[in-house]
Amino acid sequence: MSENMNELQSQSAEELRKKAEVTSAKALQILIEEEAEGVVAEFDNPGALLEAAEKIRHAGYKRFEVYSPFPIHGMDDAMGLKQSPLGFIVFAAGAIGCIGALLLQWWTSAVDYPVVYSGKPLFALPAFIPITFELTVILSGFTAMVGMFALNRMPRFFHPMFYSDKFSKKASDDGFFAAIFVWDEKFNVREVKQFFQSIGGKNVEIIHRPLEGELAQQN
Amino acid sequence: MSAENFKLTGESKFGTVALGVGVAGVVASIAGLFIDHKTFYFAYLVAFMFWMAIALGGLFFTMIHHLVGAEWSIVIRRIPETLASAIPMMAILFIPIVLGMHDLYEWSHEEAVANDPLLQHKSAWLNPIGFTIRAYIYFGVWTLIAWTLYKASLAQDDGKDVTEKMRGVSAPSMIVFALSITVAAFDWLMSLDPHWFSTIFGVYFFAGSWWATLAFVVLFSMYLRGKSKLGEVMTIEHYHDLGKLMFGFTVFWAYIGFSQFMLIWYGNIPEETIWYKHRWEHGWQYVSMFLVIGHFILPFLVLIFRASKRNFTVMKIAASWFLLMEFVDLYWLIMPSFNIVNPDAHHGLHFSWQHLATFVGIGGLFMWFVWNRLTSASVVPVGDPRIEASIHLKNA
Repeated sequence: MSENMNELQSQSAEELRKKAEVTSAKALQILIEEEAEGVVAEFDNPGALLEAAEKIRHAGYKRFEVYSPFPIHGMDDAMGLKQSPLGFIVFAAGAIGCIGALLLQWWTSAVDYPVVYSGKPLFALPAFIPITFELTVILSGFTAMVGMFALNRMPRFFHPMFYSDKFSKKASDDGFFAAIFVWDEKFNVREVKQFFQSIGGKNVEIIHRPLEGELAQQN
Repeated sequence: MSAENFKLTGESKFGTVALGVGVAGVVASIAGLFIDHKTFYFAYLVAFMFWMAIALGGLFFTMIHHLVGAEWSIVIRRIPETLASAIPMMAILFIPIVLGMHDLYEWSHEEAVANDPLLQHKSAWLNPIGFTIRAYIYFGVWTLIAWTLYKASLAQDDGKDVTEKMRGVSAPSMIVFALSITVAAFDWLMSLDPHWFSTIFGVYFFAGSWWATLAFVVLFSMYLRGKSKLGEVMTIEHYHDLGKLMFGFTVFWAYIGFSQFMLIWYGNIPEETIWYKHRWEHGWQYVSMFLVIGHFILPFLVLIFRASKRNFTVMKIAASWFLLMEFVDLYWLIMPSFNIVNPDAHHGLHFSWQHLATFVGIGGLFMWFVWNRLTSASVVPVGDPRIEASIHLKNA
């Protein structure tokens, strides 16, 4: 114990401060890796992003996302996205609208409160078509919109990507980003970082919630 | 890209075969004219309107393509352009209708007009001279638009910058086209029953015409793929887009057809309902129901699925079915009026070999003309500045 003290005393205050800083930086790095929600990398242009998506998919990652200010043709294939089930959901909703409208009109006009209008039969199909059409369309339309939001897990007010300053500033302007998230089975923060660097990603960054030590460092 | 690469290869006998079939059809039709001229003119009108619908649909395809600045359809643009370029040919094939007016249209009978106040009232528009002059005004206008766009497109193959010009021509032409196809449908089809009227009738004819043209482009391009390098640039993505339009206009046709029907059914006024009554008796009711199912419900259920629009076989069958249904639609529009000018003839469907003869006669000549135009230039508009983007089309 006393020997240790002696050793410490033999070092200057300056050296000690440096050592402490290195140690705390290392500790902070470990903390960041511990808290990682994903890794994001920036790419130069849509083409590079397309290639990156292809490579990420081939590397076996499944829970990843790419971000671009505008749609990129061929990205679905590059990312290996399957066809959305939305079409079938909308079709089902449309069918319900169609059948529901016919049942509603049949029940109200021919069963529950039968009134003869202008000599037409009680169940006057041609007269019921416009409402059937409209209900089919409106149910399909609403389902398409609500279903699209639901399948995208929206609306959500927060996403870990927002932790990244660079992403928040550029993603809707001129930045092309790819991110692999911690909920991917293969996710390993160091490997992913290296992987992004190896496929030409720039400004590779670990997405994590801001840590106290980090804030102190910035100040 | 060079135009030479995308020329049709010389071996194909399509043109010769088309001409042969056409001439044989014409000879048979002439025989029919002497055997039974009343049936001949009606059969001829059905066949003429079918091929006219394809040509006019081609013209509309070309104009809407330029107007919206479409990119996906550039690789197939030459096909509708060429279909529209055959309109002058159709102007010549219209002559029998002018000559046979008396066998087709009640309003051309002087004695009928003399005893009918309503026909007298309409005679300012519905008279033989006016009918003929108007028809050739329509043909003149359509030829002018079609050939201006067709020539410009050929000039583009040689490197001329005409993109803006073609769009500029298309905008006013679209208005002229909308008005002329409406009055042409009134003149040629609606006036078969001169007491009856429907303002939506022109749109109905247009809906079927454009619907059938899409199917025709699908079928014809599938043939051309094997005969030229079109197959290298036209992919399933283009058929997917054509399929979407076919699906959309299936609904459009039904919407227009039903709009016409429902108002007349609901109003229940005899002068209007008579037209549908003609189509709901003597076996015509089965044709009417066949149209509802075959022209709307069946195509709707088949083409609603993405997988069917991306399948060559399904698209080929659907397109053939569409063309059949367009023929049935025109048959259903025209043939029930047979008894208006021939009140003593038997009522019913009037199946006749003359329908086949006139159909292949006009069709053969039409296709021969189209084939000659197609072989004289590249099958793909190689000069379009955005052709690359069109080739690499992807559907999301």
